[in-house]
Amino acid sequence: MSVYNESRKNVIKLVFIGLFVVIIIRLFMLQVITSKYKVLAEDQGIFRKVVYPDRGIIFDRKKNAILQNTNISDLMVTPNKLKGIDTALFCKIMNIDTAQFKKRIVELIIKNGRSRPSVFESLLSEEKMAVISESMYKFSPAFYLQERSIRSYPYEAAANVLGYTAEVDTGFLRKHPGEGYVAGDYAGMTGLERTYEKVLMGVRGIEYWKRDNKNRLTERLEQGKYDTIAIAGQNVFTSIDIELQELGEKLMKNKLGSIVAIDPRTGGILAMVSAPSYKPAYLTGSERRKHFSELFLNPALPLLNRTVSATYSPGSTFKTLQALIGLHEGVISTETRFVCNGAFYGCGSGKPMRCLDFGTFDLRNAITVSDNTYFANVMQRVINNPKYPSSQAALTNWDNYMYSFGLGHKLGIDLPSEKAGNIPTPNYYNKVYGMGKWNFCTFRSVSIGQGEVDVTPLQVANEMAYIANKGWYYIPHVVDSIEGGDKFGQLSKYKKRIRPTDIPDSIFNAVHDGMQGVVERGTGAGAKLKDIVICGKTGTVENYFRGIKQPNHSFFCGFAPRGNPKIAIMCVVENSGRFGGTYAAPIVGLMIEKYLKDSITDKARLDKIEQLSNLKLMPSRILLEIKRQDSIRHMKDSVYLTNKRFINAIKDTVGLDDDQPDKDDWGKMKEGRSKTPNSDDSTEFKQKAILLPGKKNHSTIKINPKKNNH
Amino acid sequence: MYQKRPDITQNKDWKLILLYALIATLGLISIFSVEFRTNDDFLSSILAFKKNYSKQFVYLIASVVIAIFILLTDSKFFTATPNLLYFFGIILMIATFVVGKTVNGSKSWIPLGFMNLQPVETCKIFTSLALAKYLSRSDTDFSKSKSQLIASAICFLPAVFSLLQNETGLALVYFSFLLPMYREGFPPVYLVTGSSLGILLVLTLLLTPTQLIIGLTILALFSINLLKRKIRRKRNILTAIVFVWLVSLFFVGIAVPFLFKHVFQKYQTERIFSMVGRDNPYDTDVNTDYTAVATDNKKPKSDHENYNVKQSKIAIGSGGFLGKGFLKGTQTQGDFVPEQHTDFIFTSIGESFGFVGSSILMLLFLALLLRIVFIAERQRSTFSRVYAYCVAAIIFFHVAINICMTIGLAPVIGITLPLMSYGGSSLLTFTVLIFILVKLDADRQMILR
Repeated sequence: MSVYNESRKNVIKLVFIGLFVVIIIRLFMLQVITSKYKVLAEDQGIFRKVVYPDRGIIFDRKKNAILQNTNISDLMVTPNKLKGIDTALFCKIMNIDTAQFKKRIVELIIKNGRSRPSVFESLLSEEKMAVISESMYKFSPAFYLQERSIRSYPYEAAANVLGYTAEVDTGFLRKHPGEGYVAGDYAGMTGLERTYEKVLMGVRGIEYWKRDNKNRLTERLEQGKYDTIAIAGQNVFTSIDIELQELGEKLMKNKLGSIVAIDPRTGGILAMVSAPSYKPAYLTGSERRKHFSELFLNPALPLLNRTVSATYSPGSTFKTLQALIGLHEGVISTETRFVCNGAFYGCGSGKPMRCLDFGTFDLRNAITVSDNTYFANVMQRVINNPKYPSSQAALTNWDNYMYSFGLGHKLGIDLPSEKAGNIPTPNYYNKVYGMGKWNFCTFRSVSIGQGEVDVTPLQVANEMAYIANKGWYYIPHVVDSIEGGDKFGQLSKYKKRIRPTDIPDSIFNAVHDGMQGVVERGTGAGAKLKDIVICGKTGTVENYFRGIKQPNHSFFCGFAPRGNPKIAIMCVVENSGRFGGTYAAPIVGLMIEKYLKDSITDKARLDKIEQLSNLKLMPSRILLEIKRQDSIRHMKDSVYLTNKRFINAIKDTVGLDDDQPDKDDWGKMKEGRSKTPNSDDSTEFKQKAILLPGKKNHSTIKINPKKNNH
Repeated sequence: MYQKRPDITQNKDWKLILLYALIATLGLISIFSVEFRTNDDFLSSILAFKKNYSKQFVYLIASVVIAIFILLTDSKFFTATPNLLYFFGIILMIATFVVGKTVNGSKSWIPLGFMNLQPVETCKIFTSLALAKYLSRSDTDFSKSKSQLIASAICFLPAVFSLLQNETGLALVYFSFLLPMYREGFPPVYLVTGSSLGILLVLTLLLTPTQLIIGLTILALFSINLLKRKIRRKRNILTAIVFVWLVSLFFVGIAVPFLFKHVFQKYQTERIFSMVGRDNPYDTDVNTDYTAVATDNKKPKSDHENYNVKQSKIAIGSGGFLGKGFLKGTQTQGDFVPEQHTDFIFTSIGESFGFVGSSILMLLFLALLLRIVFIAERQRSTFSRVYAYCVAAIIFFHVAINICMTIGLAPVIGITLPLMSYGGSSLLTFTVLIFILVKLDADRQMILR
């Protein structure tokens, strides 16, 4: 019988072998050919834990840390360990109700599962931290505290310079692909935090963890074989003098405006005050969610760094540059005199530019008393210089001087959102008036720093450094050096001395003489110090808001000591009214004193500080706007609409549009504010106002016959 | 014939014993790798007997003891007692209904205190012996359909009980007895038709109808080409091939989709597909309120099985060519594969040792099977040969279904991987099966009926 069926053993063997071959082929497909399962396995079995290094610390010039890290705690919860916890007590301590508690727990379970610790409340405030840590033992192991590092500001100063970090949004991720950011990361958004983000953030580490089927992290994958180690951010040393900065912020309290102080020898920023400012701690940790929208919507724009992002007409501070050009072009000498008998009549009849001081002035005195007629004459000579074939060529030449002085273009400071300002060009006038249909008289107010000229406070301070150095400057910068080297080459441009023109020292000396006179016997006497020779220049800048004339801006800029300049400084107090010498000059005087003498001890001077600090010069339109906002805040929907323009205006400062093309943002904001050209104050420039969107602020400016520029 | 003190080492098939030992040890190591975590204390967990691997170690020692015991038994015992043992097995099966314990939804376990006994497992031994005994009777003429019927009844009686105990998978194992019966002259038509249908059924689950129709057509053309000469002589063969082809097409292209679309409820279709780890590709138009069905606990179960196969495939597939290394499998360590120490033990080999390791294991099993076939064919007695084929068939069925289940080629039915899966019942059953064969083989020179 067995013989009969013996061949069947081969069939059986064949079946066995056949099936095993099928299995092995299938295994080959699963394990070697398909990669899908490896990906799936890694997704569920391995967790990439990002280790955030401490951000770099920022120091001031005296090696005080002005921006560092501090640890704050997240309250973590593991839902499946919640049994037996006194929920009522917990809710009482955390100041929430039980329904809220349950809702949060359910949300966390949905998000992360039951057995994985999730954040119950992130970034506990100090008060909550104090209560919860006391009774933590009652709630463990379901709850525990997990420390994390956040930014802290040891001084309540320099908020706008230092900037803040915030969670990156989708827009940020789109703009910075391939830089390793993922949603939930923090990145520097403004100020130095933004500019030196790469330096400060350090290198993130990655730990590979094994994860189990309940989403718990169990142990390191292969004892951390594949991990990369986090490297802390580099520390950064700035030229900021934090005490000077604090004094500046104190003096600018309750005012709109800014102070910029530069060390002319290095180009390092000593102080950079933008008022109003905010407490830097408001935008870090748990404080942020409380304060951000409030700051964001504040009509006084505390988040705006006015020193680099606001532009103004320079007013009479411009006269120092006009003097340099006039002398270097040879159209005047230091002894050239012009007569002022009430106004500048160089353009015939019509509306003349007035001057306050009647008499005959040479250059030095003209600077000292800020004589409008004198500088109108100077610029008239520059533009009508027979050396040049046309006004157009002469204006181009004049423009080149201005550009070389650092105006009309971004200086390149290491802070985001810098504006370029504006220097009017022949093209511009050609567009407005038609080819060649203009002459000096068309833009004569430019000669005294009104009209189409726009500068940032930083540019004015830099111009002072240039004058103080008699012809050269370093690009202003906040950061002097980076610990461990400048790996991204961000500092190299600040090490090059820029000497744009060959103006001889004698010319500078004449201007210095005039500027010394300003402080000693002229319009800037408020800045005068007993034993320090200060050269300065005041400016009283006329300005309009929505076509309505606003109180003057008070400008003062200067440098000291004259013989060996150690500080170049400018101060603007917006819409303060009165003259440049009234508010800005004494503020500058105190700042110089503080910096050069290291401290102010004199009782009278200390009183002066308090007096200036308490002075409330917030423009009424801002106060009205705040009031109006408050009154309509109840109407939820309208809040957004009302503040829309402010949102638009601030977008570039709080957002990341630091690479925006020049002169659109701040200009737009002004445009938005001055939509309606003024009817009663219509001037010769009104026509332009319609023709030139984005430049309307100056369009409605006309020289007020009643007030002179100082 | 005089008998001396039996020498336990004499005439034993050491190759078979070596393969047995290798596979069983690999099993123990796999169970160890499933449960052991790097921060566990190795010694204390072994000694505490709390862990599965330490328990399996005990079972392995018990197996060795039993194996020695079997080798010391007179082989005439096995030829003399099959009927009695088979009867005992049936009693046990029936007793299960009375004193049985429910584990994982099937009432098929008898608690013995130190371990749980699953009679349907043990019954495989008794059935093998009984089948061998019946076929080796001198008055059995297996070419008669009456004998074929009786033999089938012997094989499938325990399966019926097993089905009643809700252990479908283990009942299916009894189909493996068709193999020794085939070897002894059972007409192949049933076997071929049956297994073809089975394969076709599984294929309809795994492939799309289009793929299958193309495959079947190619197969038909191929066999026509192969049998050209025979067809010239006998036209009937061609007719048969075309007929089979048409029937298969009908089955695959019309009948199955119709079943899934119009006859089965949606959840049933889903459940069937989930057994091979696939999502339901059909839009069922039998409108059943889904929530009402879900209350029957069908839906969670189907998800559950689907999840098992998916996780199993992920674990094996992520092993790659060489594997992740011993105790380095992330899926194993993360407990992602359910039932990994029992039915899905192969996944730990697949993940840790990759394609190379899995293939070596497969070759070990194949070697074991071919060795058993080789042993079977050298037997002089029908009893021993039939028994050997029974052992081969059972092991083959277990290995094939278990591995195919883990790699998504067969539905998930709870069948263990012989000698490797955790569990005393399974390990002891296979040990006894194999060592009775070793004993019979050692005494193959004796006249056994």
